Amino acid sequence: MACRRFVNQQVQIRSGARFMSSWWQSVEPAPKDPILGVTEAFLADPSPEKVNVGVGAYRDDNGKPVVLECVREAERRIAGNLNMEYLPMGGSVKMVEETLKLAYGENSEFIKDKRIAAVQALSGTGACRLFADFQKRFRPDSQIFIPVPTWSNHHNIWRDAQVPQRTYHYYHPESKGLDFAALMDDIKNAPNGSFFLLHACAHNPTGVDPSEEQWREISHQFKAKGHFAFFDMAYQGFASGDPNRDAKSIRIFLQDGHHIGISQSYAKNMGLYGQRVGCLSVLCEDEKQAVAVKSQLQQIARPMYSNPPVHGALIVSTILGDPELKKLWLQEVKVMADRIIGMRTMLRENLEKLGSPLSWKHITDQHTAYCKQIGMFCYSGMTPEQVDRLTKEFHIYMTRNGRISMAGVTTGNVGYLANAINEVTKPA
Amino acid sequence: MNPELTSSSSCSSSDRRISVLARHLVGVEMDSQNDSISAFPTSGSDSNSVFSHVVRGPEDPILGVTVAYNKDPSPVKLNLGVGAYRTEEGKPLVLNVVRKAEQLLVNDRSRVKEYLPITGLADFNKLSAKLMFGANSPAIQENRVTTVQCLSGTGSLRVGAEFLAKHYHQRTIYIPQPTWGNHPKVFTLAGLSVKTYRYYDPATRGLNFQGLLDDFGSAPSGAIVLLHACAHNPTGVDPTVKQWEQIRQLVRSKGLMPFFDSAYQGFASGSLDADAQPVRMFVADGGELLLAQSYAKNMGLYGERIGALSIVCKTADVASRVESQLKLVIRPMYSNPPIHGASIVAAILKDRDLYNEWTIELKAMADRIISMRHKLFEALRARGTPGDWSHIIKQIGMFTFTGLNPKQVAFMTKEYHIYMTSDGRISMAGLSSKTVPHLADAIHAAVTRVV
Repeated sequence: MACRRFVNQQVQIRSGARFMSSWWQSVEPAPKDPILGVTEAFLADPSPEKVNVGVGAYRDDNGKPVVLECVREAERRIAGNLNMEYLPMGGSVKMVEETLKLAYGENSEFIKDKRIAAVQALSGTGACRLFADFQKRFRPDSQIFIPVPTWSNHHNIWRDAQVPQRTYHYYHPESKGLDFAALMDDIKNAPNGSFFLLHACAHNPTGVDPSEEQWREISHQFKAKGHFAFFDMAYQGFASGDPNRDAKSIRIFLQDGHHIGISQSYAKNMGLYGQRVGCLSVLCEDEKQAVAVKSQLQQIARPMYSNPPVHGALIVSTILGDPELKKLWLQEVKVMADRIIGMRTMLRENLEKLGSPLSWKHITDQHTAYCKQIGMFCYSGMTPEQVDRLTKEFHIYMTRNGRISMAGVTTGNVGYLANAINEVTKPA
Repeated sequence: MNPELTSSSSCSSSDRRISVLARHLVGVEMDSQNDSISAFPTSGSDSNSVFSHVVRGPEDPILGVTVAYNKDPSPVKLNLGVGAYRTEEGKPLVLNVVRKAEQLLVNDRSRVKEYLPITGLADFNKLSAKLMFGANSPAIQENRVTTVQCLSGTGSLRVGAEFLAKHYHQRTIYIPQPTWGNHPKVFTLAGLSVKTYRYYDPATRGLNFQGLLDDFGSAPSGAIVLLHACAHNPTGVDPTVKQWEQIRQLVRSKGLMPFFDSAYQGFASGSLDADAQPVRMFVADGGELLLAQSYAKNMGLYGERIGALSIVCKTADVASRVESQLKLVIRPMYSNPPIHGASIVAAILKDRDLYNEWTIELKAMADRIISMRHKLFEALRARGTPGDWSHIIKQIGMFTFTGLNPKQVAFMTKEYHIYMTSDGRISMAGLSSKTVPHLADAIHAAVTRVV
C-alpha cells in the first residue's frame, strides 16, 4: 500500500500563477430572485410590525410555519429504521405510485394499464425542469406557451432548457378575473400541436382559475388543435380543500383523451417545502412507450443530480401508504385550505369596512360569477409603486406584482394589512 | 348558465356541448381553419402521442449493474458495481453518528421544513468549506470562498459546470482518462465541450505522469481541468505529493482552471486532513479553483443527496458576485436544495464529540476496505493467479481497477454472478472476508480461460 507523507506547507508558494486579477472579474451581481428575495428582505427588517405576505409558504394563525402531524408521525417511523441507500434514478417507486393516484384518480385505468411514465422529481421546479429538458430533447422544434402572468420561475426554467417561449392571455386586469375570450383566441391561433403550460388549480400568482365549464371548452379546443397540455399542479388540496376537486381540470383532459404531462409538488399540501419532493408524469400511448419515456427522463436526471433525495419521498410514501395517516393528512390539508379561505373573507370584509372605493370582490370566490380567486395567492391589482410604499411605510413584504400570499395573513395582522392596502390604494 | 360566458363565441356553452356530442355521432370536421381532421375519441382509441418517436434509453452503465444484480436469483451473486459501502455482513451501513444526529433532529419539535435559501443551509456551507480547506484557511478568513449546497457530487459538478459555461471565457474541460462514467454527460449537458488528458497507464497500472504533464502543457491557456481530489474513480491511482506540486505549478503557469471533484475525503487514507492536502496546496498559492464535495460515501448519506460546490475567488467582492450568479443557475433547476441531509451533516460537523465519532467510524470504513485489498491480493497469490496483482494493494480508495477486460468481466458475471462495471472496476466496499474467495476464484478463472 502506498504510504503517503504530507508536508505541511506553511509558506505560500507563488510560482507562475496569475495573480493580477480574478477570472471572474467581469461577473455581474445577479438580480435578486423576485420571490425568494422578498423573504430575504423581510428577514433583514428589524421592525416589529413587519408582515411577510411574499413567498407562498403556509403559516398558521400565529404566523408560524407548520409541520403537519402526519408528517411528524411519518418521520418518527422513518428515523433509525431504514438505510440511506441511493434511490433509483427515477426515485421511489412507492412514492410515485401513490402520487399518480392523487393526480389521475385512485382507480385510474391509465395507472392500471401502466401507461404513465413517471419519475420522482425535485418538487415542482424539478419536475418542470425535467419536462422542459425532455421537451427540448425530443421535440426540439417546439415552443412553450406560458400564461400571463405566471410564476416567475417558469420563464427561467424553459429558458435554461433552451425552449423558446410564447405567451397566452390569461389574467384580465379590469375584472381581476380570467380573460377567457382572449385565452381561447390564443389557443385557436397557436400553431397546431403547440405545447401549453396550464396551472391545474389555484393559479399562481393570480388565484384565478377557469370554471369547470371553461376547462371543458379549453380541452375541446386543445383537441381540435392537437395541442399538448402540461399541467403544473402545486396546490392540489390547497385550493378547495378537496384534492379530487382540485384535480378536476386534469380529469377533464384525461376523459377527453389527451396525452398530458403533469408536474406535482408536495411542498405546500404536505408542508414538505425544503424536502423537495415532487413528481413528473407523462401519459403515453401504451406501456411500452411509457417505459421508453421514463428511461429517457432518467437520462436527463442522471447528469443533473443522479438520483433524487430519499427522505422526503419516504415521508410521502409512509403517509399515503397508511390509510390512517392518509386520512389525517386529508384533514390537515382541509384545515389549511379553510384557514386561507377564511382569511380571504376577512381581508375583503376589512377592506370594505374601511370604505375602500375599489372593488375587492375578487379576493373571495363566493360572490363572483365565473371568475374566482382561489388558493394561496391573491392578485391585489396593486401597482409596483404601491407595493413599494407598503414595504417602505408599513413594512409589508410581497412581490412587486401585487401578489399577496394569503397564507401569511392572520387574524392578528389582517386589520393592519387591510389598513395599509387601503392607504396606498385610495385616491390621493 | 352564466350569460357572460357567451361573450367569447356565438353560441352558449351548452349549445357547444350538444354540437360536440353531435359531431361524435356524425364525425364531421370541427373547424374550417383546421387543416387536419382530428379524430374525436368517444372512448378508447386516442390520437397519437407527441412522444411516440421516443426510443428506450440505454441502462446507465453504473447504476444498471445494480439493476442486473437485483434480477439475478443466484445465492452466490456479488454486487461490486456501484460505490456504496457495505459492512462485513454485506449490509449497507448507517453510521452511528448519523443515527444520533437524526434522532436529535426528530426530537426537536421546533424544527420546521421551510424552504432553504437557494444556496442551501448556511451552517452546512461554512462547515463544508472548513472541512476541505481547513479552519485556518486564509481564503475562508478573507471571505474569498463562496460555498453553495448542492445535490451531492453530481449536483455540485453540474451547477459548477453550468456556471463555467455561462461566465468563464473557456468552454473546454479536460477530464482524466478514465474517469467516473457520469462525468462526460454532466459537463456536456452543462454546455462545456469535453476533452481528455492521459491519466491511467495500463502497462504499469499506475499514473501516466508524463502523459498528464504533456497534455496539460498542450492545453490552451485557461482551459478547465477536472482533478480527482483523492482516491481517483475508477482507478484508485493518485499522484504523489511531489507530483501534485508539479501539477499545481503547471496548472498555475498555464492559467488552467482547476475543478476538483472530492467524493472520498477521508476514505483514501483514513484521514480527512491528509486527503485534503492536494486541494489545500492549490488554495495556498492564492489562486482560484472550483470544488465539488460529496457526503454520499464518507458520511453514508447516499440517498440524501448532500454535497457542496465551492468556488475560491481572488477577492471577497468577486466571491459575492459569483454566489449571486450561482443562484441563477440553481433556481431554474430545482429552486433550493433538500434540507434533511444538510441538517445531519451540519449537526455532526459542528459538534466536537459527534465530529470525533465520525472520524473514527470513517477510519473504520477505510480500514475495512484496505483489509479487503490485502485479503484479495493474498487470495490471488495463493491461487497462483498469473499476473502482477500488486496494484490491488497500491491503489487507493473504494475502487480497484483490476485490469480485466470487458470479455473477462462478462465471463465473471455469467459464470460466477459477479456484478461490476465493464471497465474492470470493482468496488472493494462490496467485498467481505466471506466473499473474497469467490471473487478470487472468478478472477482466476477469467484470467486463465478468457483472453
